[in-house]
Amino acid sequence: MAEIELRRIEKSYGETAVVKGVSLSIRDGEFLTLVGPSGCGKSTLLRIIAGLEAQDSGEVMVAGRCVDDKRPKERDVAMVFQSYALYPHLSVFDNVALPLRTRRLSFAQRLPFVGRAVPGRGGIEKVIRAEVEQAASMLDIAHLLHRKPGQLSGGQRQRVALGRAMVRHPAVFLMDEPLSNLDAKLRVQMRAEITALHRRLGVTFVYVTHDQAEAMTMSDRVAVMTAGELLQVGQPEQLYRDPQDLRVAEMIGSPKINVVSCDHWISLGASLPPGIDGNTTHLAFRPEAVGIAASGDRRLNGVVTSVENLGSDIFLNVALADGCGAVVVRTHPDISRSEPGRPVGLQIDPASLLQFDGAGMRLRQAEQVEAAA
Amino acid sequence: MIARFPYRRFAGRIARHAILILTAAFALLPFVWMVSLSLKPPEEIFQADFHLWPTAFHGVENYRVALTAAPMFRFLLNGLLVCTAIFALQLLVCIPCAYALAKLRFRGRDTLFSAVLVGLLLPPQALAIPHFVLLNVFGLLDTYAALILPWVISTFGIFLLRQFFRSIPDEIIHAARLDGLGEFEIIWRIMIPMTTPALAAFGIFSIVAHWNDLFWPLIAVRSAEISTPALGILLFRDDEAGQFLGPLMAGAVIIVAPLLVAFLIAQRRFIDGLAVTTMK
Amino acid sequence: MKTPDQDRQRRVDAKASFAKRSGEHGVGWLAVSPALLLLVGLLFGPAAAVVLFSLTDWQLGSFTFHFIGVANFRALFTDPTFWKALTNTLVYAAIVVPGTVLLGLVVALLIEASPGLRGFYRAAHFLPVMSTMSAMAIVWGTMLHPTIGLVNRGLGAVGISGVNWLRDERTALLALALIGIWQGLGFAMVLFVSGLKAVPQQLYDAAAIDGADGVLDRLRFVTLPMLGPVTMFVVILTAKRSFEVFDSVRVLTQGGPNYASEVLLHRLYTESFDFLRMGYGAALTVIYLAIIVLLTLTQARLLERRVHYS
Repeated sequence: MAEIELRRIEKSYGETAVVKGVSLSIRDGEFLTLVGPSGCGKSTLLRIIAGLEAQDSGEVMVAGRCVDDKRPKERDVAMVFQSYALYPHLSVFDNVALPLRTRRLSFAQRLPFVGRAVPGRGGIEKVIRAEVEQAASMLDIAHLLHRKPGQLSGGQRQRVALGRAMVRHPAVFLMDEPLSNLDAKLRVQMRAEITALHRRLGVTFVYVTHDQAEAMTMSDRVAVMTAGELLQVGQPEQLYRDPQDLRVAEMIGSPKINVVSCDHWISLGASLPPGIDGNTTHLAFRPEAVGIAASGDRRLNGVVTSVENLGSDIFLNVALADGCGAVVVRTHPDISRSEPGRPVGLQIDPASLLQFDGAGMRLRQAEQVEAAA
Repeated sequence: MIARFPYRRFAGRIARHAILILTAAFALLPFVWMVSLSLKPPEEIFQADFHLWPTAFHGVENYRVALTAAPMFRFLLNGLLVCTAIFALQLLVCIPCAYALAKLRFRGRDTLFSAVLVGLLLPPQALAIPHFVLLNVFGLLDTYAALILPWVISTFGIFLLRQFFRSIPDEIIHAARLDGLGEFEIIWRIMIPMTTPALAAFGIFSIVAHWNDLFWPLIAVRSAEISTPALGILLFRDDEAGQFLGPLMAGAVIIVAPLLVAFLIAQRRFIDGLAVTTMK
Repeated sequence: MKTPDQDRQRRVDAKASFAKRSGEHGVGWLAVSPALLLLVGLLFGPAAAVVLFSLTDWQLGSFTFHFIGVANFRALFTDPTFWKALTNTLVYAAIVVPGTVLLGLVVALLIEASPGLRGFYRAAHFLPVMSTMSAMAIVWGTMLHPTIGLVNRGLGAVGISGVNWLRDERTALLALALIGIWQGLGFAMVLFVSGLKAVPQQLYDAAAIDGADGVLDRLRFVTLPMLGPVTMFVVILTAKRSFEVFDSVRVLTQGGPNYASEVLLHRLYTESFDFLRMGYGAALTVIYLAIIVLLTLTQARLLERRVHYS
């Protein structure tokens, strides 16, 4: 049982505020991802949970108890670092065994030189060996136990780091961009392995990444941060379909959501779709919510500038008629016969249109509000 | 381009070797001369014609005189003892301090580091007078302590090790804290093993400097029993037996040999170690 | 409502209590305390004492002393042997620095030019750096001996009659400088070699494409400019070592004949520990300290720039 509760966490380095009053509840056994651009404070928040940094104000609760006065090792959390932070001078076995040794051996048994001779150590070492080997075989690194980290590939180091974290059965797993040092193919593979690990262990995972694709594919819930603020927390598809904030809409989804301001829309001679709120300043729509039609009056018109064929889908980049701004359209290979230079009209599904006010906050149409309620 | 003029390349090689052999001879001549003289009887040293290899081999007698007339082995042993003690104590003082300066946050850290930098400016020779007075007050002159104590604090060592400790990523230390290691355990189990090459470089620097130092032993020590090698060879020269060049050169060989042999065994280590420590 | 002040106070409290409970504050001070004590007791205290001594007439063994202001310094500046020692040190440096740097550079360039016998040459030139100077000075003394010495035997073989190098006022300092170059050469070489290794190969490739492909062209357009910072560093380092020359002087000439080879550090030693004139010696030390500090600061400035350079 380890739900995590963050209450109005604030942190600044000198004059720069890095985390600005973040409150967040993470459920027991949940896989929660903190996603945001680099420097948004997500890693700092993770380190505050781990106890490696102190918040300036606010509280961190783990399993219902405040842990602010607890040292990192007393918080029952394990962490996997971006650089893996393996000890280069220790073998894989010793790397994985270290957290067990520090917890189970007595002070005397851990002393330099003489520790080995203190009675009782042999028995504990035997148990530790068995547990390390079990964790290693689970992660498929049993054959690497005698090697040094320097002799391992990136993916193998990643597994060792996971092994070191899971061997002592922590209540919470913290992961700080653990896949960003791997190549693209391995990253996709490790995503699946980490989610499988999460399912098998059933403990709370807090995962930090700047890669929205990782966040979308791996998590139960995603928390989106920018500039030290928490913008929205929700399930991946909820963030995609129903973002609260323009910045969330822009961060989630690839290719990026199309955003056209109302003024721009009107200046292009197109009529605004029906049911637009009076306070709306920006309209946003996903590439799959746009269709290609013949260009015509009162419609968004443009010219195809490039065609990206991904096999299953085709993405068209369409420059708007006045040359300012562009829209990405997803079409199916069977439908589209577009080539660069062709003038087109854009047909937008009004139900998928998202409206935002001048501050970037979402404005809902009446039926959407009802649907949400 | 070069391949088209093979003779030019050949001439270049010859010139390279010619010049380098000349400069190498300049560097090596004193050693050759020292060994050569140490094997000769007195009358041959003063002979008008010079042979590199003695016509009458007198090596055994010369070295026997050097070893019996002066406590040569004692000098070497003293050198070993003093250098080891200095280095061990320097590590004991420098490592925790360098770690704290590199990786811990505490009030006054930056001030302390500035103090270390100022300390780097002070040449040890400039502190000879107060050190001498201090040791005199405590009655420690002419003891091993006099040879060792002034060197126990090395601002250079603190500075150098701090640089190396800083190059270890913070994530490793964070991982160690999460794994349950205390700060002194981090020093012992993580920092020291990870910076062994740097510690070795500092060790070479420290040992070479103190083995060869003459200035301070000359001030701090009078009796032969605790003389270090650099001072010992002078005591031997001023001794009766040292008036004969053969035994004197034999003594010089004995004094110089240990470091040179160590150097020839681990050349790369020594050269890199000394270069790294100077450039930091 | 919280005032900003209260808010700030809470933050400070939070930080302080974190430092305390994470143990960093306590451990930090525990870790540095031995070093701090020794720093004060063995470096800064004594340094202050030297300055204090230099203002007194204290002699070792006497129980009383008087503050005499700058009298020691006045005595120092009117003492011809001090000026002799200072000029000698400067002359010594003026010979040793260019000699060591140029020879070191040439040897480094030649050693790195091709791999033949590289290891042997490097070791041979480095050997003097490692050797105990007091012992090797004795050896040099016999080599420079007027009748049986290797130098005069060699000169005699080509029909030149050498002088008594170390007993002749004209040559004593020169002979010591020669020994200085002999010892410093290998170290300069090693520093230059590491500088040469840092020159990226692409620069040579680029120079070759631009038409600078001869040995001398490469040297002039790529190698020497890239070695600039290292050269400055070696110059300062050698200068500092020149000001620290002591062993060879003590062993071979003791400053003689007639102060012809007297240098600063040897003067300092003689006044303080042979004549036990601590006040005067301390004044000399202060001057010496000022020179070394100046050189070290220059060196640090250069190192810093080199870091920014890369």
